[in-house]
Order: sequence, then structure tokens, then C-alpha cells
Amino acid sequence: MGDPPPAPDPSAPQPSSRRSSQVSEQRSQERAQLPPAVPDGVQQMPLDAQVLRSSQEILESQANLQSWSQGASLSPYEQLAMFQAEEAQLGGMEYPSLNTGFPSEFLPQPYLDGGGIQVPGNASLMQQLQHGRGNVFQELESAYQEPRPDLLGQFSMYQREDLQFSASAQHGPYMSDDPALQFSPSELGFMSFSMQVPEPEPRELAVQNAKAYLLQTSVNCNLSLYEHLVNLLTKILNQRPEDPLSILESLNRTAQWEWFHPKLDTLRDDPEMQLTYEMAERQKALFVRGGSGEGEQDMEEEVTETAVPNIMETAFYFEQAGVGLSSDESFRIFVALKQLVEQQPIRTCRFWGKILGLSGSYLVAEVEFREGEEEVEEEEVEELTEGGEATEAHGEEEGEEDEEKVTDVIPKPTWKPPPVIPKEESRSGTNKFLYFVCNEPGRPWTRLPHVTPAQIVHARKIKKFFTGRLDAPVISYPPFPGNEANYLRAQIARISAATHISPLGFYQFGEEEGDEEEEGRAGRDTYEENADFEGIPVLELVDSLANWVHHRQHILPQGRCTWVNPLQKTEEEEELGEEEEKADEGVEEVEQEIGPPLLTPLSEDAEILHTSPWTTRLSCSLCPQYSVAVVRSNLWPGAYAYAIGKKFENIYIGWGHKYSPENFNPSLPGPIQHEYPSGPEIMEMSDPTVEEEQALKAAQEHALATAEEEEEEEDEDEDEDADD
Amino acid sequence: MDAESLLLSLELASGSGQGLSPDRRASLLTSLMLVKRDYRYDRVLFWGRILGLVADYYIAQGLSEDQLAPRKTLYSLNCMEWSLLPPATDEMMVQTSVVKGRFTGDPSHEYEHTELQKVNDGEKVFEEEVVVQIKEETRLVSIIDQIDKAVSVIPRGALFKTPFGPVHVNRTFEGLSLSQAKKLSSYFHFREPVELKNKTLLEKADLDPSLDFLDSLEHDIPKVEP
Repeated sequence: MGDPPPAPDPSAPQPSSRRSSQVSEQRSQERAQLPPAVPDGVQQMPLDAQVLRSSQEILESQANLQSWSQGASLSPYEQLAMFQAEEAQLGGMEYPSLNTGFPSEFLPQPYLDGGGIQVPGNASLMQQLQHGRGNVFQELESAYQEPRPDLLGQFSMYQREDLQFSASAQHGPYMSDDPALQFSPSELGFMSFSMQVPEPEPRELAVQNAKAYLLQTSVNCNLSLYEHLVNLLTKILNQRPEDPLSILESLNRTAQWEWFHPKLDTLRDDPEMQLTYEMAERQKALFVRGGSGEGEQDMEEEVTETAVPNIMETAFYFEQAGVGLSSDESFRIFVALKQLVEQQPIRTCRFWGKILGLSGSYLVAEVEFREGEEEVEEEEVEELTEGGEATEAHGEEEGEEDEEKVTDVIPKPTWKPPPVIPKEESRSGTNKFLYFVCNEPGRPWTRLPHVTPAQIVHARKIKKFFTGRLDAPVISYPPFPGNEANYLRAQIARISAATHISPLGFYQFGEEEGDEEEEGRAGRDTYEENADFEGIPVLELVDSLANWVHHRQHILPQGRCTWVNPLQKTEEEEELGEEEEKADEGVEEVEQEIGPPLLTPLSEDAEILHTSPWTTRLSCSLCPQYSVAVVRSNLWPGAYAYAIGKKFENIYIGWGHKYSPENFNPSLPGPIQHEYPSGPEIMEMSDPTVEEEQALKAAQEHALATAEEEEEEEDEDEDEDADD
Repeated sequence: MDAESLLLSLELASGSGQGLSPDRRASLLTSLMLVKRDYRYDRVLFWGRILGLVADYYIAQGLSEDQLAPRKTLYSLNCMEWSLLPPATDEMMVQTSVVKGRFTGDPSHEYEHTELQKVNDGEKVFEEEVVVQIKEETRLVSIIDQIDKAVSVIPRGALFKTPFGPVHVNRTFEGLSLSQAKKLSSYFHFREPVELKNKTLLEKADLDPSLDFLDSLEHDIPKVEP
């Protein structure tokens, strides 16, 4: 690997060899170290890889040290270096018997610096070292750590970085970092001899640069080279294998492997599971009753009506039907809904259901805000859109100016985007309720935006699983306008409109008979609870589907509940597009879409493949007196409704997709557009070559010449005739 | 779900919204005990429920000592009386692949399917429309078999293979650790291994022959990020 250590040099260190310059540094540092007294504070310093590396090298040099016999002019700094080396080693390792053990065990590694150091009287030095003056080492360590203007500290830092650099001397990437390396050793010796404090900045900077580089974390994981080497060397020193160099590769691999596979101890508990702890902490907050308050007063206040529904009762009834989440999850949902009601101005609230996703599920709550509360957010949204329109208009004006300047007018495409169908007002139609979702009880509730008809129309064409993250993009063909939050809202709207049912008679229309004719086409969209409702016996509910009605408006193919003629333009548009209107009129006439009116019984629902779209069951056939009527949707698997006496409820727990007997086939892309028809006006023809032109010219001249000859002949003939 | 730990398993699996009403649970516990005694199974598993239009099928499976041997499937309409289903064959799969739509819930119901079949009548060859009757029981059997082959999953370490061949339940299995539980490679398909022999020798060298004798879930298509 490395070069064999240079021969011990009795004379002054050679300036050409970098290693020996380091050696001289070591010596100089050593000498300076010996005089100071034992330091006071004993600090346990953390294991420092630099120190380890340097100490290892120093060990080798120390081993060499013992083998030297020649005494030569040894500057005090060399001794200092050796002393310091061992100090560093001892301080870093915290091994009391280090000095005795190491020199014998560690052979001089050829790639490490084993410069020709001679230490006269090294025996005394070694004795001093071997007396285990750990506190001195630690002081040096502290000197290294704290950037005090300490001469020793400076030297130690420099020395360590040198040794560290020498480890990679063959690669030599750091040489340019350290400005001090360019000095000649004599200068260094001079500087250190005078015991002046050298400029700390470049060396410190170099050291810090080097350390920062080592602390860089790897791309693949959160580990840095520094930590890994610390780990590796600790392991080696703990285990003390024989001939560690030859098994270095496998040791390295083992250390790396162990970093990612912590040994599971069967005797001790695993302190992992932080995720579950976090979740428990979050849910703990739910169980704390809000507000300071004293006991009795709060209880009385809370007993009065709150918007939170009785989830436990609903969960009980659904459990009879064989549907629903476990009881502790239901309770957590109840407490989470309570939290939601406290945070938002909510008038009514209902647990809509749970939509399962690939990485996480959604708990959906259907709420209605109090009057006037909702407008704040909508105004913000409107401002944004208006701002967008203003910039667009500005852009159009600029574009027109540019076009006037250009003489060639680019032909405008005749394709116009289909008119955007406006979304329904909040509190009506598909946007009648507001929906809040959260991933787990304990997490904050997020409000879902209102749904637009375009989103519903697109949601009917695609089928994607939900991932559990609201901001995930929905990548599909045809492209869905929005992200997962919009897709979720669209599916919720579809499911609600299709599967929210109630027993016949629970809801009835309001008593506004006069408007019947006008509203005949549009259908009613309001209903109210029937105070006189007396419940239908469970058996009848199960037997006939006519006893159940839809109480949500059906969504038309357009994507809205109330039909809007897309060709009707607002006043602003009429002013701008007067000329275009005449072209459009008469070309398209859109028929009004009509859907089944509100409160239609289930028996009128369309069939799927000759099977009814609903299945009814009695919850328990063994005790029909107390059982619950359950209705299950075949069209939207996961939608259930139960009814008993005057109580009923709907819920959806499922993946959020419609049932289709065939596997889902995504729609194919549109047909390829036709190219411009090839006609003679755009056919390319090659220009005639020069020869052809000349030939043509020659032929023309020839034709002319012959024509003239003929004329002359005719003239002659005529003359001859005339003569005769 | 093992009949012995049925209640706990039902609680844990309730996140998907499907559960059993209390009366069904009670009747399952009692009837599965009786099934185990009558048919002399080593373990009885409650496989699940197939929803039908008129009634639902409740399915159970019985295992003998060797866990990988073909299992016996039983069905019941009321969780009390169980009937044995015939084992699945490939012909059944082919036959029932044409039937679509929901189960009716009536095991004797027959689906009608018209097929064009070539009939040799002497020298003439002509096509005739033949109405094929497929029993719902057959369809039930093949669907259960397909579902089992596709999604029946077991964690690594729950079963071990003895040197003689039979596979036993590992009584020292304590469950997967949290980090192991997140990886797909710690779960196996609970069926005869299909892909195991396609592995390279290098991969096989890392496997433990007593624990890794089934297909892992890692290489299933479609791949999903965990």
C-alpha cells in the first residue's frame, strides 16, 4: 500500500519530504508540551475520529520511536508530538492501559507515516507517557475542541490535521486546503521555536473544512463518513482482532450493515415504536376536555344540545348490521368530531363515513355552517379569480397590439373550448354541505373545496385509488382538473347523491303549493322533516324498496343538480361577442337535462345487469322483534343505511368507487386528427434543372423557327398563287 | 382468522368497515368448534364472507397438520350449518370465468351461458348455440380458490418447514418488529411456491430453508410504494 517508512534521519528533517516536516512538527509540539504542568480539569472528551486516526498514526510512529536507537538533535517539538500523540490517543480512547498495550500490538503500518523520528532519551519520555497522565491528554483534547488561543491547542490541531492528511497522502485531496503545508519545515521549526502563537485562522479553517467535509452525510442515508469511521474504529479497538488490516474490508462491511440492522435484544425492550407513541400523544389531546371550568357547571352546559351527533348509537346499530368500525375507533371519531365542532362555526354535523386509501384513509364529516359564516373563504377565492381575469385581459390587449404591427396575420384557430359550466352555489345542489376530512382521529381536520360540475363529469370517467394524501396529483386520462382533494370531493358528492336514503315519510316537501307549476321542470330541492312521522315497521322496510326514498338530489349528466344552459351568456360576454353569437345560434341546441325528482323511492332506480341496485336485509333473523332493517347498495359497494322506528342513518365505508361488472378500462385517447388534405396547391415539385430549362428553351426556339418557316412558305405559296 | 382468536382478529380487522354482527359472531364461535371436532381438523380458519343478493355466504377453511396441504373449504348461510365444498380444479376456473355479476346467495342457482360450439355431425361441421349451465357452487369454489392464490398472506416466521417436508406452525413466532413489518419482503403468499425456483443461486444463498420456502410479496405486480 504505502511507501515503506523513510529511514530514520538523524539530521534535521528534510524539507523536501512532507512527512518529515510533519515529524518535525510533532517533535516541536512535544517539546513544548513537556514543560507545562499537569492541567486541572479533567474532561471526558467524546471520541474523536480525527484523534483516533492521528493517534493510530502516532502509535505507529511511536513504535518506530522505540526501535530507534540513534540519538540526534531532537527538537523539543518532536517529543512534544509523540507525547501529544499518545495523549490524544489516551484521551480519546479512555483506556488506562493503552500505552503499554499499543506499541506492541500495532505494527507500523506502511501507509501511515512512520517518519524517521529520533528521540533521544525516549525511554524517559515513554515512562512519562506510560504513567498514564490522562488528564494532560484531556486538556489537550479540550484545547483542540475550544478555539482558545492556546499554543498547544494550535499545535495539536495542526498536528492532527497533518496526520489525518497523511493518512490520505496518497490521495492528497487536502493539500491545497492547508496553507501551512506549503511552508518549508525550517520555517515551521522557526515559528514553533519562537513559541509565538501562529495565525489560528488558516489552520483552524482548514481543520474545520476537513471536518465539515467528513461530516457530510451520504446521499443514500443519514450517515456521514465521520460517524462511520468513529464507529468502525471503536469496534476494532473494542474487539482487538488480530491482524486488523487484512480484515479491514469485512469489518467495514459489518459495521455498515449493523448500522441499519440494530440487533434485537430479546431480553430488553425495544425503545423504537416512535410512530405509535406520537399517535398516542396526539390522540391523548382529544380526550382532554376543552376549557378550564369547574366540574359541575361545565357538565350542565354540555348536556344541552350540541351539533355533534350520537356516533356511538349509530355505531351500535351498524354493528348489528355487520358494518362499521370497531367501538374504540368510533369513540375516537366521536371525540374528533367534537373537536371539529369546537373549532369551526358548525350548525349541524354528521359522520359521513370513511374512505379507504392506499397509504392512509380519510374520515369524512359532513357539516353545515351557521348562516353567514361561510362567506369569508369564498370571497377570498373570488378575489383570486378576479385578479387572474384582470391579468388575462391585460395580456390580451398587449397581444392585440402586437398583432397589429405584424403584417402577416396568423390564422386564428376555429376551435373554441366548450363553455365552462358554473359550479353550484354553496348550500345548494351538490354543494349543499361542507365536508371536512382527516386521516386519523387526532389529526387536524381539513376542509374540502366545493365541487365543480367539470370535476364530477371527469370523475365519472376515471377510476383511481385514493392515496391518503390530499395534495397528491390525480394522473389519469382524460386529465382530471384538480388534485386528490378535488377527486375526493367529487366522489363524495356522487356517493351522497346516489346512496343517501331515508324511510318514506321521514322527509316531506314544504307547504308551498303555489309554485308547483313554475318549479315543475326544475324540481324541488328543499325538504323538511316530517314531524308526524311514525316509523315504518322493520319488516315492511325490508320487504319493499318502495318504502325508502332518496333525499339527495340526483346529479345530472352535466355535473350539477339544477340544469344550466351553457350557451346562455352573461351580459358582459354578450357585449364582447356580439358578432360571434350569430354564428353560434342555430348550430347547437342543448336539451335540458332532467333527472328524477327529489324523494323518489328506491324501487324506481335503474337496474344493473338485471339485478336490483339495492339489497335489503334484516340484521338478525333469529330475533326479528329487535332487529334493524339494513339496506346495502349494489351500485356503490360500501354504502349502507339502517332504519329502526324513527331512527335512520346512512354511512359509507369503502374505497370510493362504483361497482362495475367489467374490469375498468381507461378511455382511449381521441382519434388522430386529420392532416391537411394533399392537393396540387401544396404538392411539392422539384424545380427544373438547368439542362431541362435549356432543353425547353431550345425546343421553343426550334418551334418558333419552324413556325416562321412555315409562314414564309405560305407567303411564298400565296405569292405564287397570286402571281398565277 | 383462527377460530380460537376470532374475536380479537375481528376487532383488529375492523378498519375496513366490514364486521360481523354480535349474533353472527356468537354463532361462529360455537359452530366452528363443532366443525373442528367433527372433521378432525388441526386448525379451523374463518375465511370470510361473500355477499350475495339474497343471502351471504360465510366461508371457513380447515387445515390439517401440514399447513400447506390443500385445504377443505366449507360454506354456510347462517353460520351454524356448514357444508363441504368440492376442491377446485382448473376446468372449473375456465368454466366460471365467463360468469359476471354478483352472487345470488342461492347455492343451487344456475347461471346460464350461451356458447357457440362446433358440433360434428357426420361430415358437416356447423356451429350450434349451446346453453351451458354453471352452478353457483362451482363459481363459489373457483372464486375462493382464486382469491386464496392471489392474496392469502402470512408473515415470515409464522410457519416453518421440517426436514421431512410437512409445514408446521411456529410456536416461537413472536410477531414481526416494527421495521420488519413495513417491508413487503417479510410477508409470503400462503400457497404452493411458484417463483421460488426462478430465483438465482445468489438469492437462494441468503434464504433460510426452514423459513423462506414460500413466495414473497416483493415481486408481485403491480408495484406499490409502501
